[in-house]
Amino acid sequence: MYVVIAGGGKVGSNVTRSLLEMGHEVTLIEQRPDRFARLEGEFGPVVIRGDATEISVLERAGIARPPELLLAVTGDDEDNLVISQIGKEGYGVGKAIARVNDPRNQAHFDLLGITQTICATTSVLGLVEHEMPEHGMVRLLELQREGLEVVEVQIEGGSPAAGSRAGGLSLPGGSRLISVFRHGRTELVEPSTVMRPGDQVLAVVTHDSAPELRRVLLGS
Amino acid sequence: MKAVVIGCGRTGSAVAKGLAADGWDVTAVDESEDALGRLGPDWRGGFVVGHGMDMTMLERAGVSDAAAAVVSTDGDNTNLVIGQVLQKRYRIGTVVVRVLDPARARFYAERGLNTVCPTQTAISALRDAVNATQLEPSEA
Repeated sequence: MYVVIAGGGKVGSNVTRSLLEMGHEVTLIEQRPDRFARLEGEFGPVVIRGDATEISVLERAGIARPPELLLAVTGDDEDNLVISQIGKEGYGVGKAIARVNDPRNQAHFDLLGITQTICATTSVLGLVEHEMPEHGMVRLLELQREGLEVVEVQIEGGSPAAGSRAGGLSLPGGSRLISVFRHGRTELVEPSTVMRPGDQVLAVVTHDSAPELRRVLLGS
Repeated sequence: MKAVVIGCGRTGSAVAKGLAADGWDVTAVDESEDALGRLGPDWRGGFVVGHGMDMTMLERAGVSDAAAAVVSTDGDNTNLVIGQVLQKRYRIGTVVVRVLDPARARFYAERGLNTVCPTQTAISALRDAVNATQLEPSEA
């Protein structure tokens, strides 16, 4: 696979190393002279120096081939957005993954069609939520294009769903209960499955129905 | 009619003052409070301090009901992103974006963004000036 990586910071340099070890062909673009010198020392001609938001630099990196994957992982969200747009819209790069440094900029990536993003802050917050069961409902996975979330709900003694059969719950339209994890074992949810305190329920839900699902299972 | 000018440097502040003189209801936006000084002591329009990527700030500056916007911060990519956000999210009819790099200006112009490239203007003017003097002797 041919991969172009824009930005040779912690993310870009480590991904470059891993992809090269896996036998992929990589070109890494880095602008800062000090960083470039260090990266060139390690990776040799794989690294080119320049501003990856300049079309001529992207062309030098082989954007016109085009690469199977473009990673825009600089420390600047505007740059990552522009690099992804130029790659996808100008050169038909099939897959572009952009790093979101400030989660408040996520909406701009969504609006401008850069659907595959990674945000360290959001990921860490997701882990924090997962480790804090008092939040009640934890989003494990967000499928942006599909408009769906995979969530985990912890049933407590006082939860309105405790003691009810799954078939008897008035769940919102855009939701499905998938499985219940109890006593170290997972069971798929059937209409006859009874929710018990301590159960961890896995569900798929649309963005719009998530608050209602939470209310039905956990109360308000 | 309302106009928002994002980036209030040498160009942005002059555009803001000019538009206000033309009768527009102008709000200028800049990251630095010092930019207000460039608008002069007689500035009667709005002024908001903040980064153009911040939607709360954009809405405070009135982008939701603005008829026109000028984006001229000192970063090409920042301008390109803000310009697209104003066009696509806030549906502002006239959005003009300053882009110094001619290649990026052309790329986004081909995709429906109204970009203005001062570098390209300078290149063309300088080249035309030189070509004009060259042609004179042969034409004479």
